[in-house]
Amino acid sequence: MSHLDALPPWAAILVAVFVLAGALLAFIGSLGLLRLKNFYQRVHAPTLGTTLGTFCMLAGSITCFSVLEGRPIFNEILIGVFLTVTTPITLMLLVRAALYRDREEGSDYVPRAPKHE
Amino acid sequence: MSHDLLAAAILLAQVLLLLGMGFSLVRMIRGPRAQDRVVALDALYVNAMILLLTIGIRTGSVLYVEAGLVIALLGFASTMALAKFLMRGEVIE
Repeated sequence: MSHLDALPPWAAILVAVFVLAGALLAFIGSLGLLRLKNFYQRVHAPTLGTTLGTFCMLAGSITCFSVLEGRPIFNEILIGVFLTVTTPITLMLLVRAALYRDREEGSDYVPRAPKHE
Repeated sequence: MSHDLLAAAILLAQVLLLLGMGFSLVRMIRGPRAQDRVVALDALYVNAMILLLTIGIRTGSVLYVEAGLVIALLGFASTMALAKFLMRGEVIE
């Protein structure tokens, strides 16, 4: 813990709050993935950790390394941008695949395909 | 005092993230259908990436951020390929 002692108290508390918030959000997202009833509800839960949880953790990381090195460090922004772009794409593809599979099976749970398709 | 707080917060965060990974793993094993397992895989790699970031803060090495970026990239590619597979039955047509 030698390098963390170099942090001033305000930065240490800020990093602690960010890290805890991020981990808590990711935890709640995974809990939702476990507890919710069906697939179309479940697919929403982990995005809580993907967006807000990751952003809190990245903010904590940026604060920690910027204060430690004495200059702004923005490597972490790359992860944030990448996740923001990719998460909707994967989830949309996945839900379309699930809808297609459910319709193929004639499941009563999903609405029928519109006529013109 | 504030540094003890930070160390405790990081430890608690790591425990929470490991629990989250465990929940995703349970869903991946139990998931009634294939799409549930793919969503669980997605959640699992995001949790692993956040866990790597906390390890990076604890050890003070920026390299863990690059490792997290690689995990995010590969996880996106694998989830994409699996979703495509569920849709059509093959990845590359």
